[in-house]
Amino acid sequence: MARRVVIDPVTRIEGHAKISIFLDDAGNVADAKFHVVEFRGFEKFCEGRPLGEMPGITPRICGICPVSHHLASAKACDAILAVRIPPTAAKLRRLMNLGQIVQSHALSFFHLSSPDFLLGWETPPASRNVFGLAARNPDLARAGIRLRQFGQEVIEILGGRKIHPAWAVPGGVREPLTEEGRARIKAWLPEALASTQAAIQLFRDVLQKHERETQVFGNFPSLFMGLANDDGLWEHYDGHFRFVDASGNVIADHVEVSRYREVIGEAVESDSYLKSPFYKPMGYPDGLYRVGPLARLNVCRRMGTPLADAELERFRRHGRGAVNSSFLYHYARLIEILGAVERIGQMVEDADLLGSHLRADAGINNLEGVGASEAPRGTLLHHYHVSEEGLIRGVNLIIATGQNNLAMNRTVAQIARHYIQATTGEIPEPMLNRVEAGIRCYDPCLSCSTHADGRLALEFELVAADGRIIAHAAR
Amino acid sequence: MAAKTLTIDGQMVGAAEDQTILEAARDAGIHIPTLCHLEGVQDVGACRLCLVEVTGINKLLPACVTKVTEGWEVRTSSERLQRYRRMVLELLFAERNHVCAVCVANGHCELQNLAVSLGMDHVRFDYQHPRLDVDLSHRLFGMDHNRCVLCTRCVRTCWYIEGAGTLNVAGRGEKSKIITDLNAPWGDSTTCTSCGKCVMACPTGALFYRGVTVAEMERDRGHLEYIVTAREKKQWIV
Ligand code: SF4
Ligand code: SF4
Ligand code: FES
Repeated sequence: MARRVVIDPVTRIEGHAKISIFLDDAGNVADAKFHVVEFRGFEKFCEGRPLGEMPGITPRICGICPVSHHLASAKACDAILAVRIPPTAAKLRRLMNLGQIVQSHALSFFHLSSPDFLLGWETPPASRNVFGLAARNPDLARAGIRLRQFGQEVIEILGGRKIHPAWAVPGGVREPLTEEGRARIKAWLPEALASTQAAIQLFRDVLQKHERETQVFGNFPSLFMGLANDDGLWEHYDGHFRFVDASGNVIADHVEVSRYREVIGEAVESDSYLKSPFYKPMGYPDGLYRVGPLARLNVCRRMGTPLADAELERFRRHGRGAVNSSFLYHYARLIEILGAVERIGQMVEDADLLGSHLRADAGINNLEGVGASEAPRGTLLHHYHVSEEGLIRGVNLIIATGQNNLAMNRTVAQIARHYIQATTGEIPEPMLNRVEAGIRCYDPCLSCSTHADGRLALEFELVAADGRIIAHAAR
Repeated sequence: MAAKTLTIDGQMVGAAEDQTILEAARDAGIHIPTLCHLEGVQDVGACRLCLVEVTGINKLLPACVTKVTEGWEVRTSSERLQRYRRMVLELLFAERNHVCAVCVANGHCELQNLAVSLGMDHVRFDYQHPRLDVDLSHRLFGMDHNRCVLCTRCVRTCWYIEGAGTLNVAGRGEKSKIITDLNAPWGDSTTCTSCGKCVMACPTGALFYRGVTVAEMERDRGHLEYIVTAREKKQWIV
C-alpha cells in the first residue's frame, strides 16, 4: 500500500489508466503493459466484520458491477451456512444476475463501444461517443438506452435500488417478487428482444467491414474459463468451472468452485500490484486464460435457449473450435443479452418465482466458503474465512478485470505492433484510438479512469530498450 | 401535587412539579432532540443533546434530568444550541467507526436520524478509527463496539426493566465500553436471560439480532414502554 502511494503521483495522471509500450533495440514493439489499478485494502477492511454484512459491504468495492459482488458474496455466505437456499430465492437471484448482464452489456456495447465501429475510428474523440451516435443513429442509441433501462429495472424491481441493493442475504433473499413486478418485467420483453436482434443484425454487418480489427484486436490463442452447468450449458450463477483451450477442447471440467485453488494460480508481478490469475496446471504465464462473454461462449456447449443458440452457431464460424479474437467480445456480449432476455422470458412464466419462502436460516456450519458467479465482465469469486462465531478472518477476491489483465497486455502489444514500426519515437494517433478500443473489448471495470462522455482516460508511454521513456501521450 | 408554570420557546406551559423540562416540553408538543433518553428507564444525562437555555442561568441544562421550576424561560432551539448539538453529534461520529452505508442499522438508526434532522453534514474532527471488536458469542444477539455511542440505554434497560444486571460500563473516557458480566464474552454470561430488551433499547447498530444484514436492523421500542406501563400503572395497553 505505502509503496503505491509514493509512486503513483509521479508516474501516472490521476484518474488515467496507464499503458506502457516497450520497444526493442530496433524500435519495434516488444511488449506492452496495461497497468490496472486495483482497489486494495478492501480485504483488510472486512476483517472482523460479521459475515452477514458481506453481501452489503462488497458491492461497495465497485460501483460498476455491485450486483455481481452482491451475489458472489451471498453465495460465499450460503456456503458458510452450508444451506441450500429456497428454490424461489435461487431463481430470483438468477433473475437479478440476468438483469445485471443485460444492463451492463447494453452499456458496454451501445454507449461505450459501438461509436467506434459505427461512427468510424477516425471520427474525432469529441464526437465519437454516445452523443455522436445519438445524432447519427437516434433509433439505435434509443434502443440501447432502453435496453439498459430494462436490465436496471429488473434489478430495481427485485432489489429496490438500481445500485448497491442489500437484497440477497446469506441463505436467500430478503424480498419476494410481486405479481406487479413480474408484469412489469414481462411487458418489457418484446421490445428488449427486438432491440437485441436489431443490434446483432447491425453488428454482423459491421464485422464484414472490420476484418482488420478482428485480426489484430487481441487475436491470439489462449485458454478460456467460465462457469457451465452439468450439461455444459451456458451458466451465469451456479455450476462449476470449465476451461477450454484455443481450439475449443475441454481441458478441465466439473471443477467445483470451492476447489478453485487447484486450477487457478495467482501470480504477482514485480511491477504491478494486481494479482494475475493463471491456469495452474500450465503454469505462469502459459496458463493465460480469458474470462467474460467471449470465454463463456467458448466454454459452453450451448446457450440453452433457441435464439441465442442459433446465433451461437453463427458466432462459432469465426473460429476453429474456439473464437480467439477479442474483438468478438462485442458479438459475444450481444448473444449473451439475447440469451438473457430469452431466459428472463422463460422465468417470468414460472409460478415458483412468486413464492414467499425466501430465506434458509442457519448458523455458522463451515469456517470457510467460496462463492462464484459470472459477472458481466467475467467470473467473479469470493472466498471467506470466518471464526466459529461468524466474524470475517480472511477474504480473497478474484475479479474479472484481474483475470483478463494478461490478455489485455497482449492485446495492446498486438495493436501497437500493427501501428508502430521501427518508430521514430512517436505515438501515432490512429494507434491511440485502436488501443482504447482494444481495451474496450474486455469492458474493464475502470470507473476511476473514465471521462464524462464514456471515453477511457488513458496515458501512454513509449519505453525504449534502455528503459528511457521516449514519448508520452494522454487522452 | 403543585403545578408549575413556565415558558418554553415563548409558549406558556403548565407542568407537574416532578416533571422534567423534557417531559413538559413534549406534553406541550415542543420537540427537543434526545439520544440517551429512553421512555421507561431513568435518565442519566449522558449525551447532552437535550441541552436547553434558561434565562438568567449561565450554563446550559440537560432537559432530560432538569426538573421544571416556576417562572423559568426556557429556549430549546437557539442558534447556539443547534451549533452545540451538531458538535456533539460530530464528536460521536468521530469517536468510533460509523459507516452507515454498510451498517445493520442504516435507515433505522437514531444517531443517523439526528444527524439528518440537525443538519450535521460533515465532521470537523479527526476520526479516531479505533479498532474495536464485535462480540458474536451470544446465540441470539451481537454487540458491535464500533457503533456504540455509550448512551447506556442498554445497561439501564438490562438493570431496571429486565432486572438481570448483565450489562455494565467498564473503563473511563474514550476507553469506556459496554461489557457483559465481568467482561466475559456475552455468550458465556451466566446472568443474561436472553430477553433481548437491550437490543430493543439500543439507538444505533451496536446491538443487533445475529444474522441481520445491512440496513436490516429494525426494532420495536413499543415493547419496552408496554412492559413499563404495565408494571407501573397496571395498564396493559398495546
Ligand atoms: S450506528 Fe447509526 S450512525 Fe452509526 S454507522 Fe450505524 S447507521 Fe450510521
Ligand atoms: S450498545 Fe447501544 S444502547 Fe448500549 S450504550 Fe452502546 S449505543 Fe447505547
Ligand atoms: S437525552 Fe438528555 S442528555 Fe441525553
